[in-house]
Amino acid sequence: MTTATLHDVRLVGASTNRNYINDEYGALSWLLTKDHKRIAILYLISVSIMFVLGGFFAMMMRIELLTPDGDLLTSDTYNKFFTMHGVVMIFFFLIPAIPAVLGNFILPIQLGAKDLAFPKINLLSWYLYMAAAVVGLVVIITGGVDTGWTFYTPFSTQYSNTHVFGTTLAGFIAGFSSILTGLNFIVTIHRMRAPGLTWYRLPLFVWAMYATSVVMLLATPVLAITLTMLMIERAVGVGFFDPALGGDPVLYQHMFWFYSHPAVYIMILPAMGVASDVVAAFTRKKIFGYRFVAFSSLAIAFLGFLVWAHHLFVAGISVYSAMIFSFLSFFVAVPSAIKVFNWTATLYRASVSWQTPMLYILGFIGLFTIGGVTGLFLASIGLDIHVTDTYFVVAHFHYVMVGGTVMAYMAGLHYWWPKITGRMYPEWWARLAALLVFVGFNLTFFPQFILGYVGMPRRYHAYAPEFQVLNVLSTAGASVLAVGYILPIIYLVWSIWFGRKAGPNPWGAVGLEWTTSSPPPKENFHETPVVTWDAYDYPAMMKAMGETQNV
Amino acid sequence: MSDLALGNEHHHHHPFLQHHFEDLGQQHEASTLGMWMFLCTEILFFGGILCAYWIYRVMYPEAWAVAAELQNKLYGGLNTIVLIISSLTMALAVRAAQVGSRMWQLGMLFATLIFGSVFLAVKGIEYSMHWHEGLFPGSHFTWHEHPAVAQKVQLFMCFYWGLTGLHALHMIIGAGLLLWIIGRAWRNDFGPEYYAPVEIMGLYWHFVDIVWIFLFPFLYLIHGVHHG
Repeated sequence: MTTATLHDVRLVGASTNRNYINDEYGALSWLLTKDHKRIAILYLISVSIMFVLGGFFAMMMRIELLTPDGDLLTSDTYNKFFTMHGVVMIFFFLIPAIPAVLGNFILPIQLGAKDLAFPKINLLSWYLYMAAAVVGLVVIITGGVDTGWTFYTPFSTQYSNTHVFGTTLAGFIAGFSSILTGLNFIVTIHRMRAPGLTWYRLPLFVWAMYATSVVMLLATPVLAITLTMLMIERAVGVGFFDPALGGDPVLYQHMFWFYSHPAVYIMILPAMGVASDVVAAFTRKKIFGYRFVAFSSLAIAFLGFLVWAHHLFVAGISVYSAMIFSFLSFFVAVPSAIKVFNWTATLYRASVSWQTPMLYILGFIGLFTIGGVTGLFLASIGLDIHVTDTYFVVAHFHYVMVGGTVMAYMAGLHYWWPKITGRMYPEWWARLAALLVFVGFNLTFFPQFILGYVGMPRRYHAYAPEFQVLNVLSTAGASVLAVGYILPIIYLVWSIWFGRKAGPNPWGAVGLEWTTSSPPPKENFHETPVVTWDAYDYPAMMKAMGETQNV
Repeated sequence: MSDLALGNEHHHHHPFLQHHFEDLGQQHEASTLGMWMFLCTEILFFGGILCAYWIYRVMYPEAWAVAAELQNKLYGGLNTIVLIISSLTMALAVRAAQVGSRMWQLGMLFATLIFGSVFLAVKGIEYSMHWHEGLFPGSHFTWHEHPAVAQKVQLFMCFYWGLTGLHALHMIIGAGLLLWIIGRAWRNDFGPEYYAPVEIMGLYWHFVDIVWIFLFPFLYLIHGVHHG
C-alpha cells in the first residue's frame, strides 16, 4: 500500500516537470520528431533564417535606391535581388510563417487534440520545405534568378539565362509542403476536436486556419502543375506556352495567378485569425459578431478564387472579362471589411491592455485597412492601368503582406511565446520593437504610394532625380524597420534562458491552449479536455472572478 | 509481443492504433478523409493542365483532330480495359481485407499490380512508337505530314506526353504503394477491425484510373468539329 502511494507521488512529480522540450534530448530527437510542437519549432528556426535572407535582399535594394544612379548593384544583379527577395519572402516566409509555425503549435492544442491527424506527414512537410530551401539556396549561391517571382513566359522559358528551372523546382517542392500542412489541418479540425468542442466554440484562429487550408489544398496544385509545365518547357526547349507552336503566354499568367492570387489569402487569412484571438484576449470581451468573422474567412477563401485576372488588366484580356474581374475584386472587400468592423466593434468601449501583441494587432488593423483600400484602387480598371508596374503596387501589397501578415505574425509570436517556451519576453523591449516596426514600416512604404502615383516604375535600379527625396525617406524607414525586426530576434532568444517564467496562463486568456502547462507536456493535456464553454467567453470568466473576489 | 503489452498497461490498444487517436474508428475516418482531401488536390493538379489542353483545343480544332488520328486507339483502348479490370480487382481486395481473407487479399492485390504493370508496358510501347515517329516535342520533333498544322500538332504532343507522363508517374507510385500493401497483407495486418490502408490505397488507385478515363477520349478519341 505504501509503495503504491510513493509510486503515485513520483508519477505526479514527473508529469508536472515534463514537457515537450525536455521529454527527449539530442539532435535526432528533434530531426525525427513527430510532435507537432517540435515541428513548429523546426519551422520557426527555418522561416526565421529565410526571413533574414529575404530581408537582406530588400535592404540591398533600398541602399541601391538611395541615389538615382545605379551605383551599388548592376541592373542584372538588381533584377536578381528583387526576384530572390520575392521568392524567398513569399514561398519560404509569408506562406508557411503563421500556419506552419503558430498553426502547427497552437491549432492541435486549441482543438484539445494530442497531435495533428498525420504526424509523419507533418514532419515530411517540414523536410519538403527544407529540400525546397536547399534547392533555393543552391540557386542563389550559383548565380540566382532574374525573372521576377512570377516567372512570366516567354522570358522565363526562352530568354532568361539564369536558374529558372531550379527556382521553379524549389517553388514546386515548397508547394507540396504547404499542401500537406493544409491537408493535415483540415482533417485534424474535422476529426480531432475534443468532446464538446463544437464548430461554433472554436477559436476564430481555427476558422481562419481552416479557410487557409482549403485554399492551400485547392490552389497550390494549380501552381504545381503550372510550374511543372514551365519546367518541362524549359527542359525540352518547346512547350505549352511557346508562341512558336501557337502557345499563349497569357495562359501562363492566368494559371499562375489562379494560384498566386489565392496565395495572398493563404498569407492574410491566418493573420486575421491571430488578430481575432489577440483582440479578444486583450479587450476581455467576446469577439463582436463571432459567426460573421468565422464565415467571412470562408467567404474570403471562396471569393479569392474568382479574382485572379485583375493581375492581367494590361495583358490584353477582353474588356468584358476585365469588368467582371474588377467587380469580383471589389466584392472580396466585403468580407474583409466585415472583419475589420467587427474587431473595431470589439474594441469599442473596451478596457484595452496595451501589451505587445495588442500593439502589433492595432498596427495590423490600420495597415491592413490601408492595404485593402488601396487594393480597391487597383481593382478599378482605369486607375490600375495608370499605376500598373509602379511603386503604388509595391506599396499596396507590402501594406497587406508586411503591414498585415508580418505584423500579425509578430503579434501571434509574442502572444503564444510564453506557451511555446514557458518564458515571458521582455515587455519594454518588445513594445519598443513594435513601435519601431510600425514607424519604420510606414516611413518605408507610404512614400512608395506617392512615388508610384507620380509615375516611378518598379523593378529598375536607377530612377529620375526628382524621385530622390521620397526614396531617401523610404530607405531611412527600411533601416528603422530592420532594427525593429532584429530586436525581437535578440530578446526572444535571450528570453528562452533569462525570461521571467510564465505560468500556464500569463494573459488570463480563455482557450484550451491556456489550460495546459507552459510549455505543454508532450501529449498536450494530461487528460482529454471536455469543453463546455464558448470561444472567448471572457464575460463568464470575469463574472466568475468577480464572484470569487466578493466571497 | 510482451514489450507491446508492457507499453500499454492501462488500455488494450489495437497494435495499429496510433497514440494520438482515441480509437480505431477515429483513426479510420481521419485517414480516409485525408486521402479524399489529397484527391481534391490531385483533381486541381490534373485540372490545371486539362484546362490548358481544352483552351488550345478550342483555339486549334483542326490540329487537334489531326493529332488525335496519330494516336494508337487499339493500344489506348486495350489499356483502358486493363485499367478498369484493375480497379475491379482493387475493389475486391478492399472487400477481402474487410472480411479478413488473406488469400483473396493477396490474390487481388497481386492481380491489380499485374494489370498496372501491363498498362505501363503498353504505354512504354506507345512511347517508343511515338519517339520513332518523331512525335516527341523539341529538337526530336520531325513529323511533317501536314506542314500547315505541324507546329500545333507539336503543341498537342506536349500535352500528350505531359498528361500521359504524369499519369504514368502516378501509376508507378501506385505500384510502389501496392507492393507495400502486399507486404503488409502478407504479414496478415488487415482484418475487419483494421483495413484503412487497403481502403485508401483503393481510393488512390481508382482516382488514377478515373484520370485515364478522361485522358483516353481527350487524347485518342475526340476528333473535333471538322472530323466529328
